[in-house]
Amino acid sequence: MQLFPCPFCGPRDETEFQFATEAGKALPEPAGDVSADRWAAYLYLKDNPKGVTREVWLHSTCGEFFLMERDTVTHAVIGSRAMGGEA
Amino acid sequence: MTRRYSAWTLAKEGLRGQTGWQPAWRTPEPKPTYDAVIIGGGGHGLATAYYLAKNHGIRNVAVIEKAWLGGGNTGRNTTTIRSNYFYPESVALYDFALTLYEGLGRELNYNIMFSQRGVLTVAHSEGEMEIAARTVNAMQINGTDAELLTPAQALDKAPLLNRDPRARYPVFGAVWQGRAGVARHDAVAWGYARAADGLGVDIIQDCEVTDFLVENGRCAGVETTRGTIRAGTVGLAVAGHSSVLAAKAGFRLPIQSYSLQAMVSEPVKPCLDTVVLYMGTGTYLFQSDKGEIVVGGGLDRVPSYAQRGNPPMQRTVLSGMLEMFPSFGQLRMLRQWAGNVDVVPDSSPLIGPSPLPGLYLNCGWGTGGFKSIPAGGWLLAHLMATGAHHAISRPFDLDRFATGRLVDEAAGSGIAH
Ligand SMILES: Cc1cc2nc3c(=O)[nH]c(=O)nc-3n(C[C@H](O)[C@H](O)[C@H](O)COP(=O)(O)OP(=O)(O)OC[C@H]3O[C@@H](n4cnc5c(N)ncnc54)[C@H](O)[C@@H]3O)c2cc1C
Ligand SMILES: [Zn+2]
Repeated sequence: MQLFPCPFCGPRDETEFQFATEAGKALPEPAGDVSADRWAAYLYLKDNPKGVTREVWLHSTCGEFFLMERDTVTHAVIGSRAMGGEA
Repeated sequence: MTRRYSAWTLAKEGLRGQTGWQPAWRTPEPKPTYDAVIIGGGGHGLATAYYLAKNHGIRNVAVIEKAWLGGGNTGRNTTTIRSNYFYPESVALYDFALTLYEGLGRELNYNIMFSQRGVLTVAHSEGEMEIAARTVNAMQINGTDAELLTPAQALDKAPLLNRDPRARYPVFGAVWQGRAGVARHDAVAWGYARAADGLGVDIIQDCEVTDFLVENGRCAGVETTRGTIRAGTVGLAVAGHSSVLAAKAGFRLPIQSYSLQAMVSEPVKPCLDTVVLYMGTGTYLFQSDKGEIVVGGGLDRVPSYAQRGNPPMQRTVLSGMLEMFPSFGQLRMLRQWAGNVDVVPDSSPLIGPSPLPGLYLNCGWGTGGFKSIPAGGWLLAHLMATGAHHAISRPFDLDRFATGRLVDEAAGSGIAH
């Protein structure tokens, strides 16, 4: 069982967490000017990197979203921190 | 020299001490130029090469595989073949594959051990039976076989199922697809490889594609660990590594890679002659020809390129098995492994031109692309040979994400991802 570090609760069991999305996506605006392709890219396209990745996770136990940096090959966690307004 | 397989050649080789067999395919050096190059020597890549040669007469073809043929998901999957999907587009695709599977052993002159033993999808409540009835109706309207079973009929198909009236997930009824079944996964890869090789296709193993050759905005070939290979048209069939190669080609895909794991038990006497899936537990299992119980379930919920699998999902899958077949608590598990699957938001594949002209996609099969290998190969070959969609692949084009016309099997048939 792997432990993930919640910035609020400390290291907890991986089963308490849910992957939300890759970090760094910005809502395209203003909505009226956003083409279907840009909107689709925002909703669906992913970097899906092999190696280091930055992601938004939910700790279901405390209900907080946070940022986690980890490696998708080794599963090593590099760090996690609270969201500061950005994603 | 024995090239064609038959009962006669088996007998002849038995008498001659098995000295006349030839390798099933050659190990050629890559040529500098091909008419068509396919990246990925899994089932889909190999089938694409075969149909390019067979259906379109394009024989100057190479399949480039970074490791060994069939060593990806094709050699790691639990081999269930079915077409119990919800949307007409999906049934057209998967039923085409199933129909091709029905004649594949003969077509390839290779025993793929396709056993149409049926898939039993068990429902546990009145509400789930309504969903089951809806699925059966949809399948029948879409022209494939499906039956709604009563609890007694379901238990008759798999007598060892949990009969405890206080079970957490009682047998309330089931969906039955009798034409569904299992096949030998390695044999599908090897059969296509051997048949493609026989038509002149070069299968190049131990050769990783590291980049794309782009000329005048068009894909003109690939860079590999064994040099540059130019190609008139390029196909991409690398499953969980699709995003890695897309990044090199300069675009992104609606794909997230996850681990999907499976396990087998020690071999036991015959006790289960269909494939059983529980709606409630998400665990499915069947008995292999060797007697092992093969068990699988849902995805690990952590995006991953590790072909390993995390313990929580093992616990979920095995507790599901014990709920379904309490007597299997006596089994010892022998092996566990995982593959690297390419999951798309609507749980449907991506087949079509990529944003880089001259490069075509066959990916996004996620947890369910073994069953579709003959169709995926047929359709990618059609695209590469003609530059245009076959009617069956059209709905699965990348453009569905911008038009909003998703083929949402995650919602439609409850594919658990
Ligand atoms: C545990 C498990 C159970 C499953 N159960 C089922 C099931 O019951 N029924 C079902 O229908 N499906 C099932 N699947 C899904 C199925 O296995 C896959 O969808 C299918 O095998 C995909 O085939 P493919 O040819 O696209 O990919 P693969 O067989 O993975 O082949 C892709 C190949 O590309 C190669 N490659 C990657 N990068 C490069 C590169 N840069 N250069 C050259 N080559 C490269 C890889 O080495 C690999 O051999 C399961 C999968 C898993 C993991
Ligand atoms: Zn927390």
